Amino acid sequence: MIDFRLEQREHVSPWLVFFAPIGAVIFSLMIASILIILAGVNPIESYIKLFVGAFGSKNAIAETLARATPLILTGLAAAIAFRAKFWNIGAEGQLYAGALAVTFFGTGLIQLPSFLMIPFLFLVGALAGGLLLLPLVLLRNYYKVDEVVTTLLTNFIIILLVGYLLEGPWKDPMSLGWPQGASVIDEGVLPQIIPRTRLHLGFIISIFTALTIWLILSRTILGFKIKAVGINPSASHHAGIPVIKTIIIVALLSGGMAGMAGVTETAGLKGYLTLDLSPGFGYAGIAVAMLAGLNPIGIIFSGIFLASIYVGADAMSRAMNVPTYLADVIVALTVLSVLISIIMLQFKIVFGGQKRDI
Amino acid sequence: MGTPKKMSALLEIKDISKRFGNLVANDKISFTQMQGEVLAILGENGAGKTTLMNILFGHYKPDSGEIIFQESKLPAGKPGHAIEAGIGMVHQHFTLAENLTVLENIIIGEQSLLSFSLPQKSARKKLQDLSDRFGLPINPDTIVANLSVSEKQRLEILKTLYRDCTLLILDEPTAALTPQETDSLFSTIKHMVKNGLSVILISHKLNEILAVSDRIVVLRHGKLVGEVVTSKANRTEIAEMIVGGKVNYPKKEKSSPGKEVMRLENISCNPINESTKGLNGVDISLFEGQILGIAGVTGNGQTSLAKMMSGHLKPKNGEIFFDQKRIEVFNPKNFMELGVAYIPEDRNIDGLVADMSVWENAVITEISNEKLGNTLGFLNNSSCNDAAQILCETYDVRTQTLQQPARLLSGGNVQKLLLGRWLIRQPKVLIACQPTRGLDEGAIASIQKMILDVRKKGNAVLLITEDLDELLKLSDTVSVIYNGKLSNNFSAEGLDRARVGLMMAGEGFYD
Repeated sequence: MIDFRLEQREHVSPWLVFFAPIGAVIFSLMIASILIILAGVNPIESYIKLFVGAFGSKNAIAETLARATPLILTGLAAAIAFRAKFWNIGAEGQLYAGALAVTFFGTGLIQLPSFLMIPFLFLVGALAGGLLLLPLVLLRNYYKVDEVVTTLLTNFIIILLVGYLLEGPWKDPMSLGWPQGASVIDEGVLPQIIPRTRLHLGFIISIFTALTIWLILSRTILGFKIKAVGINPSASHHAGIPVIKTIIIVALLSGGMAGMAGVTETAGLKGYLTLDLSPGFGYAGIAVAMLAGLNPIGIIFSGIFLASIYVGADAMSRAMNVPTYLADVIVALTVLSVLISIIMLQFKIVFGGQKRDI
Repeated sequence: MGTPKKMSALLEIKDISKRFGNLVANDKISFTQMQGEVLAILGENGAGKTTLMNILFGHYKPDSGEIIFQESKLPAGKPGHAIEAGIGMVHQHFTLAENLTVLENIIIGEQSLLSFSLPQKSARKKLQDLSDRFGLPINPDTIVANLSVSEKQRLEILKTLYRDCTLLILDEPTAALTPQETDSLFSTIKHMVKNGLSVILISHKLNEILAVSDRIVVLRHGKLVGEVVTSKANRTEIAEMIVGGKVNYPKKEKSSPGKEVMRLENISCNPINESTKGLNGVDISLFEGQILGIAGVTGNGQTSLAKMMSGHLKPKNGEIFFDQKRIEVFNPKNFMELGVAYIPEDRNIDGLVADMSVWENAVITEISNEKLGNTLGFLNNSSCNDAAQILCETYDVRTQTLQQPARLLSGGNVQKLLLGRWLIRQPKVLIACQPTRGLDEGAIASIQKMILDVRKKGNAVLLITEDLDELLKLSDTVSVIYNGKLSNNFSAEGLDRARVGLMMAGEGFYD
């Protein structure tokens, strides 16, 4: 039997911090290539197709960034909540809540000029996402109801509600029988930022949101409180920090950003609400946040990275005739290897039965 | 079987060294434990006692040196061998399954997970024999949760004896015992030694060591700095050996009570968890320039009392007055604003945010008042830094940088930081729970001085501590807590320790 133990590193070199996630990504691509070989095609060629599919043309880049938009927002939603140890698994439901708000207010009920209409839609979308989380965070704070369970289950309730509305009262009569909502009025549609592509203003807004969250977390009193509450709620409480209030603010911010992802998809990408508005952006946001180590700036990059794999995998699938499910495999492997690499940054493997005090 | 061989070597520690990075935890430590001897290992936190024990039990592999037990070498870095060879250890924090009976706890580790029944009968007989032979009475069918602390300790000792241990190691065995229970433990130790057991006592309480041990070895900064036969030992000499120089303990100056600052009238509350009691009709008055000490065995309502007086609990009955005004709002923030400072007993859980930096921990109590930021809610880094700098200088918190994580601070510096950040607010009332627990002598002296300074400035202190010596030294008046009730106040001067000890155990409490 091999005798080995984990020992804590005394020094972590900055090179290692930089290269560990890159190494982890390469490692997961290598593992995934086994599956590609089993599918009977050349993995290197497949990965080239994947890369070209994600970044090979103006249109490909625009498509990747458009896909990254909701991922960045749901990634931020997960990151800020997880930093305060509030386990919001409900970004998917909050995203749809945002989309519902856009459909309710943005399809004719309220009419404003574009420069007011777009901020208004983001506001109501964020409020819807945040308010959906509010009763759940109160249940957690006052009755100790596990938020993992409540936020997860709320996803199903909201998605079924969307299904009911789109099949029934909110069904667009002009949709030829498809279950979809009425179109967002022209003033509310997010403008394209690269002409003749699907890349819309939402991408800029998601970057701006990430920078704002970074500023809040690193430079403000609220950020200080969120950090303290996340690391040690008991000590924070004894030091006079209002723990419950802080977690409620975190929940509103988290739900709000997930709601904003619903806005970018409804008012930006599609123009109307559909049942398949989100192919699991809420859940993928958790992966985005974990990949970035919950760092808001890092989330911009990990969001684009995950989007590129999803978009590129479509191209790879068409060119090489491998299933698009490989994208999910690659994403899952990448998250796992990056998480392991983060642990391995703190520890090293020592052979021969030595152990030190941790 | 038969009489033990007197004065032959049982355990030999030879040249044990162990480094962790730059830290030398054990530096060429050598000593010998004789058969039938009570050997005391003395030393402050970080002197290397724990590392040495971990090496003995094979949890660490020493960099050099060897351990010989009963004339054969113990393999280095292999856990389990020491226990098999007959070395047993009772840790300060017990490792018992509270929901099982005494007998089940004894058998539990011996059984394979796949066996269907427990060998209750033979185990019961063996337990009875051991219990009789070593004078450790216990009822095998009691649920462990219902045992007192000293009975649990007895069970831990029986557990090691059941595994045929010949060398028993006791780590800080008196930490949670009343003075009477301590005495009874010591006579048990003497009885066990007479019956063939050898004992190593690890402690930092000098009085107890002098009372029960045959020989003393002293560790400091990983080195063995002294070895004395107890009968020839000089108390001050050993104390200086432990700390490596003289410690200037603060002296209590005369201080006459001023006006009443805080008063609890007939306060009752429910227990906050299963390991502590609630309060039952408690009356307390705190006066300016006075320290009220609360004596008691842990778990009799001390935590509830401290939490009640700092706004963390709401009373079920009764009233609290501050400066003769009735308190209506029970939350920590309101009490903080009135001028109450609270040092919780578990400083690593309720005090320090270990993964935040030293400066962040220094300013966290002020953050809530938003003094350190601008109106937009942005932190002002330079004023935070200045505030932290002032705190560390005023209260002698030794840190390499203000940016380093607070978890790298030593226990003494952590406590100076936590106490200091309250004292800098000039509190009118300080509630201090176990303020010096687990600290080394130098840090204890600093913390005690900080507490006495609060009194000197004419403010009130409620001191809750397990350490009766500390309690009597610092307090002006003493009250005993038992089962959620408080006794009358006694003047600390000339107080009879034995009487306090009995009251801590509930005897003569209601007289």
